[in-house]
Amino acid sequence: MTVDRRGFFKLAGLTVLGLELPVLGAAQKPGKPLEEPLEGRRWGMVVDLAACHEHPECTRCIEACNHAHNVPRIPDRKHEIKWIWKEPFGHAFPSQGSRYLPEDLAEKPALLMCNHCDNPPCVRVCPTQATWKREDGVVMMDWHRCIGCRYCIAACPYGSRSFNWVDPRQYLKEPNPDFPTRTKGVVEKCNLCEERLAEGRVPACVEACPYGALHFGDLADPDSPVRRLLEERFAIRRKPGLGTEPQVFYLV
Amino acid sequence: MLEKALSGDRRYWSWVVVLLAIIGVGFFYYLKQLHIGLGITGMSRDVSWGFYIAQFTFLVGVAASAVMVVLPYYLHNVKEFGKVTILGELLAVSAVTMCLLFIVVDLGQPQRMLNIVLHPTPHSILFWDMVVLNGYLLLNVVISRVSLLAERRGEAPPVWVQPVVYLSILWAISIHTVTAFIYSGLAARPFWLTAILAPRFLASAFSSGPALLILLCLILRRFSRFDAGEGAISKIALIVTYAMAVNVFFILMELFTAFYSEIPAHVEHFKYLFIGLEGHHRLVPWMWASVILAVVSLLLLVNPRTRRGKTTLTLACIGVFASIWIDKGLGMVVTGFVPNPLGEITEYWPTLPETLISVGIYALGALMVTAFYRIALAERGELGA
Amino acid sequence: MYDGGKILAGLVIFLVVVTAPVWWNLATGAEVRAPQLVLPQGQPGCVLPTQQMKADHMELLNRWRDMVVRRGDRVVTTWDGRTYRRSLTKTCLGCHTDKSSFCDRCHHYVTVTPYCWDCHLAPKGGAS
Repeated sequence: MTVDRRGFFKLAGLTVLGLELPVLGAAQKPGKPLEEPLEGRRWGMVVDLAACHEHPECTRCIEACNHAHNVPRIPDRKHEIKWIWKEPFGHAFPSQGSRYLPEDLAEKPALLMCNHCDNPPCVRVCPTQATWKREDGVVMMDWHRCIGCRYCIAACPYGSRSFNWVDPRQYLKEPNPDFPTRTKGVVEKCNLCEERLAEGRVPACVEACPYGALHFGDLADPDSPVRRLLEERFAIRRKPGLGTEPQVFYLV
Repeated sequence: MLEKALSGDRRYWSWVVVLLAIIGVGFFYYLKQLHIGLGITGMSRDVSWGFYIAQFTFLVGVAASAVMVVLPYYLHNVKEFGKVTILGELLAVSAVTMCLLFIVVDLGQPQRMLNIVLHPTPHSILFWDMVVLNGYLLLNVVISRVSLLAERRGEAPPVWVQPVVYLSILWAISIHTVTAFIYSGLAARPFWLTAILAPRFLASAFSSGPALLILLCLILRRFSRFDAGEGAISKIALIVTYAMAVNVFFILMELFTAFYSEIPAHVEHFKYLFIGLEGHHRLVPWMWASVILAVVSLLLLVNPRTRRGKTTLTLACIGVFASIWIDKGLGMVVTGFVPNPLGEITEYWPTLPETLISVGIYALGALMVTAFYRIALAERGELGA
Repeated sequence: MYDGGKILAGLVIFLVVVTAPVWWNLATGAEVRAPQLVLPQGQPGCVLPTQQMKADHMELLNRWRDMVVRRGDRVVTTWDGRTYRRSLTKTCLGCHTDKSSFCDRCHHYVTVTPYCWDCHLAPKGGAS
């Protein structure tokens, strides 16, 4: 069998790709060494509502997330895209509302995002596995595979997911070059900053909060700050009766 | 066989041209939707499924309803249905095609739709919906083609088609059950999270589908020499009557559970439909129209005299079809999203582009039915008007 | 054969049309130049040899996409100790900073519009 030049290189290329042994004789690429990713078995978040309520005008976490991930600001409420946002307590926790709520809780908003559930219904319904639960607990999105059927939006009990009804780029004045935008026709949501976790950094919202209202850590590690917080103070979760096992806890 | 659809008189071609024009308009707006995004529809972050998915849900019922004439004929030898089974099967082909088209126009990234096949996901109901819908399409295409070819040759159909027909009977039940499962397994949407959703779907399918079949038979009687026969029509009318009665009964069951338990998560959606919620009442007049149409049609159908009379039967069938179209095609899908999981209300209404794309798909279905029925009748020599 | 004249005429017209790109360019003396790529200066080299990148960068990017997004497998250490992260924006475009004088040149030449740029941002002004 004769192999022509192009075919030989194709074969060579594929072999090299398979073995992941690239360039010969090249010098070491200059630059800083790569950071170690954060290690964890079950990432979760704790939101200290009491601390957050002391600064009701603050939106630093939302701005940090929106900037880090090129979340567009769309004026038409029907097409809005939210990864992390504020919502009145009664909307976030309908089963906890009553007319005798402390004024503080009743009037100040709760901070909502994807709960990265342990038993996520959105993952169960996705027909292409464009969303799946990673081993370390993050509910991931693959924007390359999503066909935009929006079944996951129907399945999410928390309203955490948004769809790109139009091209989001028209609403991004200064996109962050370090993260892609999305395109019209795919669903998106909070991704627990998995790209930052891979570089050893905590989520953008947690880092941005100046008042220590957001905590991030490994729920499987009994010594982690989030676990210790949960031991010391009572926490609630959104719609716990649905069996989704949300991993975002709220200290009231 | 297909060439039979290409010869016709002025009336036929005028009808075809009108349908093609409507399809063309729909296609033009679909190209616009591909360019701009699904934002040109009335859907929103809160109401993320709308008219397209509702039409798909309704048409799955129409497609499944072929079983209401196929089953009695093949399993219980109800000879009167001999002439109409082919009409039911061909209607099923058109209806399933429309279902698939409505799903495609609803996708945000339709060029990726093969991902459902490339990455099969058995724990997703949408995956199974893709399987059963395409399977049903294939079954009905095979069955109808084989039957027509056999008729043309004046022979009985080949023996192997019998088990295929039996399979299609089971499959018809499955397509609408699986479609109901898309909705009835979602903890997030209490309006849909009810075991009676699948039975409701089937009952409404088996009333609206055969009602449409009766109307089509009456139209054929007017425009061709085809006569389904009094026996067939009266039996199908009886099926519509019982199915509609069951359908109304199921709706009343839902209303009882919601309103007697007084659980807000259940009551709110029905309130939105029939009374309005926090000043939002877009669907209220439509739902009451659906109720009145259902009651009046049922009364006409239950009374044997009005069920036999051609005019009253026609009105009753139109009423049943319209009532169920409003219920499934307007009420059912949107209401699952109102209010949203946070208790907020965003209303929905289809926009003009959305409506024109949908009408274009319906026109395509009508064109398919026209062409198929023309071929079937021509094969049987019952064409002339 | 029946209608022999028409068939032959049709065949001739077909052949003329289908070979038009070849004889038209010969006739009008069109200058066909291979695309001139602006390579990055002062960089140690690409992640794979040039010939392999030319042939396989599409497959490479597809593999990287699934490795990074779906398996979280980001870091590669080469045999000679270089480490890099699999990333279109940060690694590829970290060196090839001007998309219009590099990526676009060949893509325009072969009339290919990869949809990567619908989402992935290129330095110097963003989208393609």
